[in-house]
Amino acid sequence: MIELAQVVKTYSAGLANPYTAVAGVTLDIPGGQLTVLKGPSGSGKTTLLSLIGCMARPTSGRIHLRGLPPGLLPQGADADPLEITSLPERFLTTIRRRTFGFIFQQFNLVRGISVLENVMLPTYPTGEDRETVEARAVTRLEALGMARHLKAPVDRLSGGEAQRVAIARALINDPPVIIADEPTAHLDSRLSAEFMELMGQFKGAGRTLLIASHDPIVHDSPLADLVIVMRDGQVVTAP
Amino acid sequence: MRPSLQRHRSVLDFALSSLLRRKGRNLALTAVYTLVVFVLASLVFFVQALKHEAGELLEHAPDMVVQRMVAGRHDPMPASQVDAIREIRGVEEAEARLWGYYYDPVYGGNLTVMASPDPTLLPGSARIGRGVARNMRVAEGDMVPLRGYDGLPLLFTIQQVLAEESELVASDLVLLTPADVRTLFHLPEGLATDLAVKAGNPRELATIAAKIVEKFPDARPILKAEMLRTYEAAFDWRGGLMVVVLSSAILSFIIFAWDKATGLSAEERKEIGILKSIGWESGDVLLLKFWEGAVVSLAAFLGGVLLAYGHVFFFSATLFEHALKGWSVLFPRFRLIPALDAYQLTVLFFLTVLPYTAATLVPCWRAAMADPDSAMRS
Repeated sequence: MIELAQVVKTYSAGLANPYTAVAGVTLDIPGGQLTVLKGPSGSGKTTLLSLIGCMARPTSGRIHLRGLPPGLLPQGADADPLEITSLPERFLTTIRRRTFGFIFQQFNLVRGISVLENVMLPTYPTGEDRETVEARAVTRLEALGMARHLKAPVDRLSGGEAQRVAIARALINDPPVIIADEPTAHLDSRLSAEFMELMGQFKGAGRTLLIASHDPIVHDSPLADLVIVMRDGQVVTAP
Repeated sequence: MRPSLQRHRSVLDFALSSLLRRKGRNLALTAVYTLVVFVLASLVFFVQALKHEAGELLEHAPDMVVQRMVAGRHDPMPASQVDAIREIRGVEEAEARLWGYYYDPVYGGNLTVMASPDPTLLPGSARIGRGVARNMRVAEGDMVPLRGYDGLPLLFTIQQVLAEESELVASDLVLLTPADVRTLFHLPEGLATDLAVKAGNPRELATIAAKIVEKFPDARPILKAEMLRTYEAAFDWRGGLMVVVLSSAILSFIIFAWDKATGLSAEERKEIGILKSIGWESGDVLLLKFWEGAVVSLAAFLGGVLLAYGHVFFFSATLFEHALKGWSVLFPRFRLIPALDAYQLTVLFFLTVLPYTAATLVPCWRAAMADPDSAMRS
């Protein structure tokens, strides 16, 4: 589903202190499976997720996506596989919005607004009918056991609850790929196990899951179909 | 609802909730912003209304006033010239006027004393403006002493205090019979202060003026349009003076607003990163920030303009009257009739709303153009 060919990401390129976070990664990430990127801090996992999720462009190399929903991009730009690194920003945003759901290490919820509003936030620029979106958001939150917190400000949630809100937000546009960056970093063992259970359900529903983690609960989970070990921006072991 | 409208509605809703999340900062900014708009709009409204009022009043003024100049100064003129001027083609009416200034040493005010041709005004009586009545604390039926040219007091009975509507121009006015004015100022019979001329066709005024000068080379005709221009210049000058005085306050606001509007906090920067990472485009982020800026500046503009309207037209510009009305002692009290100039309001709008909205967009544009991951990491 996702193919990376010699992908390099260098920050501050051309300046006095360039830093290469991803150094020539070539990978195939299969669709409908749970893939774990494993490695210590600074190994390039988060950067690689950003590149795959169209949140940043690689300095060099190519990323191809297969099996995108038809009609996602205007005719001409619509290809299968689709090479995403050279697409203009608005196409990247469309792909990011419709293809990927992100769960961040810090959850990255917008403080000061309600749980429901946070979940609906990704849909605001789409112009989708508010009532439809709200009904969908409520369904997602109910499925995650957050029904009684709909109107609560996110600042008052526990770590586990905040993560469930982040998961509901990642699912609001019904993306085929879920990307999670160190999702269990702020959770205890019980909540981490619950999180993996949820991931199992998503996998069962046919979604592609890509998780960066150095938590054994994640990378040693029987749910993980593929574990890719990274170090110093490079893939150390991959199938 | 159409998707594009729904998009604006959703983004505007979120902009409002974002503003509420930073209540303290935004309220302080809006308050100071409103104050600046209020001050500027008050000046614009006040000067505009005064000019309008002066124009309305001059509608009834003579088309032309003819004075006599001696050694470059205004001097009483022979009243007999009225007949010669009346004979000039195009002159509908000419009338000799008798008036002068009287300094009241007790109240420290300058009064305009004028002869009234009204036969109902009795000898030894006066009609006075409201400012005079207020200053001297007199009412109808009271007596006021005016010092004659020889230092002896002349007593006048107040026959009438002039109506409130005339206060803008008649606040300092004292109307006496022609004989009383002559006695007070020691003006001999046959001399007048100036002549008031009315033309049948106002377009002929310049020709009439030329003919008067030809006939009486020492005469100086002053057209109504020139008087109007003088009024406008005087009010504009006063308004301009106030702007100069207030410019330091306005500059302080600009610095304050620039600082508040252009600086993005780490939290805002992170929020932009979150929005981009969950599928917002740079354009969506800019739309959000545009609405935030527009809401603050529009609220301040509307608030400031409404407050200024109330201040000028309901409270007679209490805060600026001493600087703007300009009478040294006899401040006229009057309620201005609202006279709004759409052009000036538009200029005020563009000078206040647009710069602020633009100032808020620039830093957000920089943050919004960055990759979402770099915006989130910063």
